[in-house]
This record gives sequence, structure tokens and C-alpha cells, in this order.
Amino acid sequence: MKKLLVSPAPHIHGQESTSKLMRDVIIALSPSVAVSVIFFGLSAIKLVLVGVLSAVILEYLIQKYLMKTKVTIGDYSAIVTGLLLALNLPPSAPWWIALIGSAVAIGVAKMTFGGLGQNLFNPALVGRVFLLVSFPVIMTDWAIPESFITGADASSGATALSIVKEGLSRGMTMDQIFNANNFSYGEMLLSKIGGSVGEVSSLALLLGFIYLLARKVITAHIPLSIIGTVMLITGIFYLADPLHYPDPVFSVLTGGILIGAIFMATDYVTSPMSKKGMVLFGAGIGLITVLIRYFGAYPEGVSFAILIMNATVPLINMFFKPKRFGKEVKNG
Amino acid sequence: MSRTFSLGGIHPHDKKISANREIGEFPLVDTAYISMSQHLGSLSEPVVAKGDRVLTGQLIAKSTGFISANIHSPYTGIIHNIEPWPDLSGNMVLHIIVKVEEDEWIKGIDLDPSVERNIKLSKEEIIKRIAECGIVGLGGAAFPTHIKLTPPPGKKADILIINGAECEPYLTSDYRLMMEKAEELLVGTKIMMKALGVEKAVIGIEENKPGAIKKLKDTARKDYSEIEIESLKKRYPQGGEKQLIDALVRRRVPSMGLPIDVGVVVQNVGTAVAVYEAVQKNKPLIDGIVTITGDCLPDQRNFRLRVGTTFEKIIDVVGGMPQEAVKVLSGGPMMGKAISKLTAATVKSTSGILFLSQEQTKRAPENNCIRCSKCVQACPMGLEPYLLNKLARASRMDDLEENMIQDCIECGCCAYTCPSCIPLLDNIRIAKASVLKIMRSRARK
Amino acid sequence: MNTVLLTVLVLSILGLVLALVLYFVAQKFKVEEDPRIDGVQEILPGANCGGCGEAGCRAFAENCVKAESLDSLFCPVGGNETMKMVAEYLGRTIDEKAPRIAVVRCNGTCENRPRTTIYDGYVSCSVMAALYAGESECRWGCLGGGDCVAVCKFDAIKMDGVTGLPVVDEDKCTACGACVKACPKAIIELRNKGPKNRRIFVSCVNKDKGGIARKACGVACIGCGKCEKICPFDAITINNFLAYIDPDKCKLCRKCVAECPTGAIHEINFPVRLPKKEEAITVEQ
Repeated sequence: MKKLLVSPAPHIHGQESTSKLMRDVIIALSPSVAVSVIFFGLSAIKLVLVGVLSAVILEYLIQKYLMKTKVTIGDYSAIVTGLLLALNLPPSAPWWIALIGSAVAIGVAKMTFGGLGQNLFNPALVGRVFLLVSFPVIMTDWAIPESFITGADASSGATALSIVKEGLSRGMTMDQIFNANNFSYGEMLLSKIGGSVGEVSSLALLLGFIYLLARKVITAHIPLSIIGTVMLITGIFYLADPLHYPDPVFSVLTGGILIGAIFMATDYVTSPMSKKGMVLFGAGIGLITVLIRYFGAYPEGVSFAILIMNATVPLINMFFKPKRFGKEVKNG
Repeated sequence: MSRTFSLGGIHPHDKKISANREIGEFPLVDTAYISMSQHLGSLSEPVVAKGDRVLTGQLIAKSTGFISANIHSPYTGIIHNIEPWPDLSGNMVLHIIVKVEEDEWIKGIDLDPSVERNIKLSKEEIIKRIAECGIVGLGGAAFPTHIKLTPPPGKKADILIINGAECEPYLTSDYRLMMEKAEELLVGTKIMMKALGVEKAVIGIEENKPGAIKKLKDTARKDYSEIEIESLKKRYPQGGEKQLIDALVRRRVPSMGLPIDVGVVVQNVGTAVAVYEAVQKNKPLIDGIVTITGDCLPDQRNFRLRVGTTFEKIIDVVGGMPQEAVKVLSGGPMMGKAISKLTAATVKSTSGILFLSQEQTKRAPENNCIRCSKCVQACPMGLEPYLLNKLARASRMDDLEENMIQDCIECGCCAYTCPSCIPLLDNIRIAKASVLKIMRSRARK
Repeated sequence: MNTVLLTVLVLSILGLVLALVLYFVAQKFKVEEDPRIDGVQEILPGANCGGCGEAGCRAFAENCVKAESLDSLFCPVGGNETMKMVAEYLGRTIDEKAPRIAVVRCNGTCENRPRTTIYDGYVSCSVMAALYAGESECRWGCLGGGDCVAVCKFDAIKMDGVTGLPVVDEDKCTACGACVKACPKAIIELRNKGPKNRRIFVSCVNKDKGGIARKACGVACIGCGKCEKICPFDAITINNFLAYIDPDKCKLCRKCVAECPTGAIHEINFPVRLPKKEEAITVEQ
């Protein structure tokens, strides 16, 4: 007679799986990768390839030979980490920068904590911040290498934020900076302005955002809360002193706000579980980002802001519980 | 606009593949195994002896204690034995075993199929009759109905909700009942309204059953204007008592509370029809509508099935065990129980038998929790299943209680939705039982 | 230079003030405790296993100091030696207790007890026990989920991969009883370790009628009563079709082991029976 299978309920499972979710994130990042290849050509391809391959190979080696556990590169999470790291590098960075970044991201930020799901900090960001602190010159050199569009001459570039910061320190007003550099919102959406590989086109990032929302991979709480907070605070500064502070739309479209809000802050492992917690987390990131931008030494602060807020996630999870169904306890 | 409950929930494919099969009569069996544990509460006590001849509908075991129910013979025949027999999970329970003969109903039961609309009995007589006929809740928990219809002193119901959501995938027994016994259902609802002394009743039906909604609305429009028919969005676990109350009347049952705490009594459509049959026709609860279904089954059916039929016999009647089937469930795929003994027999609250294939039901290996919070979003009680699972595995009872594990309704949404295939509910269910035990022993002190 | 001095001065004063605060707080909120509790705790093994019935070694030490007599107190991990030392330290006397060990009373290997269903849930005895009777026809026997292994603080119990049953490591087991509490089927029992670690026990807990038990498992106790009859010391009783050997009465004569028709009675650490004897019996027959 046939041996029957017995298990506790539920007896069916949804279609979701970790690898499918990660695959969706990769698909959502593909427009940005495509745009960066168009803009930065071979150097973008090189960085993405090195980042992804080294992340996957390192994870495999560490799990197989160092930790001697089940190898889980099949869940695609290493690919996502490598990809995000590569997209956060300046296009002119040499290939070994991506390799070191991946090694730190996978080796230090992910595997030492016990692998997927155990890490406290977003691995890609830890890799990036490690590089930023260790190789400040390379990591802030926004020279645009040869590209398919602008032709062969490598033009030196700077991010919009660093231009603004420098301009302000030289005593220029926002209008003067804008006019001197021909900034326009249309360009920022498709962006020719210097920046990391993945920051080039806001439109491509938004496309990925819409895809993630449609596939229900992420909810909109964290990204909207970050963007909302940044707009609110920069808006207050702008209204108070429009000559010396950029307007909110410019603040959101430049720098790493979008890629950070959509892809880095929403990393499952390092973001809060409840919706209330997510909103608070996003607001914290927005606030710290603006503070670093306006009062810190760096022109950009999204990476630092996300990492700082990552550290608060366990606390947020402890204090911000989801809305319970029936909170009050029966009397008698 | 259809209504729905406010927190969590999932949308599994409903797979109502047996929806269009009319209710058929199940053939007589040779031997019936009647469990003494067909309801929540203490075992019933046999009132017949080995060798006695019993008639269909005769009382064979009586209720013991406050929460218990009478059991009547589903068949005519000789009592072969009264001994422990395995239930569907292999545990031994006292059964009355009847060698079945030609049907001969006991006197006093009205077998005329015409609808009896006039409610003659008084409030007290109705509750007494329901208790005598051994009616239990047919929604799953099998709680004795007469107790539910007698609110504890100081509590008063003002609305009766009839659960026609049938949110479990595959099952269609309630749907068929609504289609074929619409008027009986409405009379049964009126009887329960009279017993409770409430003025209003709502029947909630998910919108994937438009036929039932239309049929009941058409029938109710004529003579039953006090009964509202509400359509609900398709969403699991809509049929959970607390969720249904939230969806239909926007009241929240408090933690550790009962529906009566917010003035509501919930009954299943099957129970309403059973109440009708008991009160108007004096027929005890000896049978129920059972869906026999599954993608691997060639012929899905809905049967009027008498209590005490073995699963083996049912499988025989539907053409043997399907080749691909690896798991047989009593109930739906979300909350049903896996059957480990096919020699076990059906009970009053059996609502469906489902065959699942390896591909549909085999659990995938567990991976690391990626803290995606999908379980938190899916939990209809607003709990954090990932955390409860972690605490349960570490047996941290105080923390579990603080995180409201006692509110878990064991709907399985968390385990269904987990992308890492963590069997969240397996551990939560066990820990919840321990926490409830601790809470009860503390309350006694 | 001035800055350095100032820094040192400020820090020193700060340290001094805080030290004073700490001192006064400690004085004010001081809890009077019997110093002997610390002494007893030092003697105890410090495993905090809960085998004595207390939450940990500290609570046990408190009990030892407070209690009138040490007779009802026993640290299973430290055993008689530790208890003797505790008694000596406290200036009391204590009787020696027979050392005990955890015994797994089920021999339902995959071979002896064919599986009729396949479990597909979270592997844990408590989850399985709440769900159903078990993978085999025997509803009494070991579920193989390894809850006993998970609770053992001494690494003294392991699952045997072939038989699917837990095996106790005689050298490591301290008889703390954690596995006994963890087993939902109450299969594990603490029994006397016996002279030279020799002991005899019924390796079955099936309380079904003989026929049912036998059908479910080839080595089940069928309650036939042969052992009860042959035992010269009245050590064996049969209740609910299940034999039980009282370890205090059993004199390890091994007669019941040979008599048991299903081989449910196990003897441990005895020398192998001389084949000569058996041959002699067959010759006689």
C-alpha cells in the first residue's frame, strides 16, 4: 500500500521563493545597467561583470571551504549584492576596486554574520563605504570614460551635488551655479551629469521601482518615506534661503537618493518588518542624508545614512510592532 | 463594493473544480464506525450495547458534561462492537461499530423534502431541540451549537452572522448547500435569530460564488427581508470568525475574546441547514455535505455523506486512490488535517476530502529567513510570525506571550507566503498551545 | 602642558566622585546573603541543566543551604561525589544514592517497525506528537524527531542514522532528566546504572493488546506474561499488556531476557553468553 504523506497544515505553498524575489530585483536593476552601458560603455560592463562574478565566486568559496555549509549561490542574492556594488562605483574606477568591494561586501558584511538573512548592514553599502574611506581619490573621481554616446574623449565630470557644494563654498548662489552648469530636470531624469554607474538615469531607476512594486517584491513605504523626508527638509531650507539651498526636486533627483531609496534601503534583511517601522526607517535615512549633505564633509550621504539606520533596525523591530488585530484584553 | 477584513490575508488559487457537481447520495456502507469524539469537548457516552439493533436517527451516545453533544445512529443495523478505533491521525478513540442493514428511520422524523417555513417552537424549545439532535458547528471546530446559541449571562448578541465565505480552496460543500438548500438555510437562520433574540442577520459569501449570492438574494427578497446577503472579496482567511465579523460589521473581537464579546454569534451555512432540519423536521445530525476533490482525481463530487463512513470506502466509491495522490486531507488545503489512517471514519464536521499530488504538497527544504516581512504582511491577526517562530524554537514563553502568540488563528497564511519555505506555523502552533496552558493555569491561581 | 594636566585632573575627580556614588549605592542596596551559598555553588558543576529541578546551580545551592536535610536534594550531574562535598562543606551528612542513567525504551527501528506514512513537517517530536500517532503503526514508540538530542546539554544522546532511534552515551549521560521531560511519548526513563553498568529493562512502551502491538512492531512487548512468571524476584509486573522491570528488585539474573518471545527485554554490558551452554541445551533437547 502507498505510504501517505503527513504534515501539519497548511498543505499548499505560494509561488514565492527567495530566488524568484532576487531575480525580480535583478530584472528591476536591468534598465539602469542598460543605461549605464550606453553612457559609460565598456567600463560599466567591466565593473558590473567583475562585481557580480567576484561576489558569486567568493560566496561559493567561503561557503564551501571556509564555513563548510550548504552552498546557497542558487538564491541569486550574491548576484544582487555584486550588481548593487558595481552600480555604486564611479564609472572610471579600475576593475580591482569592484573586486575589493565585493570581497568586503560578501566576506565581511555578509558571511561573517552567518550568510543571507543574518547580516546587520547592507553588504553592498558596506563594500562601497569601505572603498570610499580607503580609496577616496578613486571613489570621488567622476571622470566619464569613453562612451558610446559622447565619443572617445574622456571628459572630466563631477556630480551635481559636488558642483553645488563647491560652488556654494566659493560664495556663489544657487542660480549662478545652475546657470553656469546648465542643469535641467529633463537632463537629470536621463542624466548626463556625473555620478555612480547606476545613478546615471533617474528614469531607469524609477522604472525598476515600478516593476518591484507591481511584482509586490517591495512595498512603497521605505522609498516614499525617504523621498518624502528629503523633499520636506530640503524644501524647508529652500523656502528659508533659496539662494543658498537647492530646491527639493533637484535634491531628490541628484546623488544616490533614488538608487538608495529604491534598491538599498529596501533590502529585506536590513530593513524593519512592520510598516510603521519602515516609515520611521525611511524618515531617518532622509534626515541623516540631508544633514550630511548640508553640514557634513561629504557632498553625498545616502550610503552613510542607510548604514546608520541599518544599525537601528533591531531596535525599531522591537518597539514598532505591526497593528495587532485585537489589542485590548478581555476583562474578567 | 464587496467587503473584506482589514489586516493581512492571502489570495491562493481557489480551485473550486467541483462547484458544478450537484449533491449526490452516497451509497450505503457495510460497516459504520461512529466516533464518540465528533465535537469539541468531552467524549459522548454510548447508551447502546453490543448486539443491540439500532434504527437510523436513534440516539446511540449521549452528551457528557457542559461542552459535549449527542450522537445518533446514521444507519440501521446491529451494534457489532464498542471499542477504541483509530481516528484519522491514528490515535485511538472510542467508536461504536455498526453492521449496516436496510435503512429504517426511527419514528418522529419528518422525511418530507418540502420546506417547512412556519417556526412553531419557542426560544427555549429550539435550543433544547438543537441540543437533543446533537448539532455542532460545521465550520470546522465542531463546537456544540446549542451552547453558542446560549450566550453567557451578562452578554447579549445583537447580530447573527452566517458564514458562507468558504474561503478554503477546493471545497464546495457550502456552495452546493447554498445553491440547493437556499430556503432551508434562510429558515434555519431565522430559527437561530429567534433562539438568540436578535433582529438582524447577515450571510457573508465570497464573490467567487456569484450563483450562491444571486440565489440567496432572490430567495431572501421575498420573505426574509431581515436577512442581509453580503458579498465579500475573495481572500483567505475570510471564513475565520474574527475576520468575518471584521469584514461584515467592522467590529474587532478583542484578544482572547469571543465573538459574543462584540455582540455577534457566527454560524456556518451547514450548521444553519442542520438547525433547520433539527427544529422543523426533528432530524438529528447524522450526515453532511462533503466535497471529494483534487486535481489528480478524475471525477470530483459533492456527496450527502453519513457520519461514520471510512475514508477507504469513500476512495473506493470515487474510483480508487489516484496514481499521483500522495496526501489525503480531511478539509481544505490551508487548515485541513492530513489523514494517516484510511481506516478512520468521517465525523459530523467533515466537509471535504482532498487528494494532493507530490508536486502540490511536498514541502521544499527550509532556507534562511531573509526578513522580507511577507509573513508579517500576510498575518490577519497583525502578528510577527517570523519572530514567533524564532521564539518558539527557543521556547521563550514570556516573550511569546508578550508578542501575542495566543491570538494566532492558525490560518497558515505565514507558512503559505514564506519565500524561504520556513514551516512557520508548525512551531507556532505548538508554542501557542503551551502559552495558552500557562495562561490558563495562571488565571486559575 | 596645561591641557594635559587639566584633563588628568578632571578625569580623576570624575572617577573619584563616581566611585563614591557607586560605593554608597552598593551599601544602601546591599542584599544580605549567606556566604555559604557561594561556597556551595563553587562545588557544583555549574552546568545549569535544571536536572535537580531548580532553575540553575545558584538556586540549588540556595536550597542546599536553607534545607533542613540534604536527603531530598541531589545534583544528578555531580553525583554522589559532589553531594558528599556539599554535605562536608555544610557540616551535614548524606546517604549515597545509586547512580542513574537515561534509558531509551524503544527498539522500533525501520526494520522492526515498518513505516506506513511519511512525515513531511518540521522535524520535531513535539510537532509530530501533536499532529498524529507517528510514522509507523505503533502509536507509543519513538517518533525520531530528536527533541531529546536537542535538549541534552552534555552531548550525551545522539540519533542513530540507521535505526532512527536515539542512543545514550553512557560515559557522558549525567541523568539530569532533560530528555525524559522532552520526550512527548515518555519513552526515556532514568534507571539505576547498575553494578558494572549492567542493567536489564523492557525496551518497549506499547500498551496495546499483544496482537496489535506485534503487528505494528516485531520487537514489541506483547504482554504475554512469561517474564513475570519466570522472574524469581517478583521484579516484573504487567500492566496494560506491558511488562515493567522494577530496577530496585531486579537482581540481573537474565532469565527474563532468554524467555521473552519478541526480544523486547534488553540486557546491557553483560558478557556474551557462552555458546557452549546453548549447545548443551540443544543437545539435551
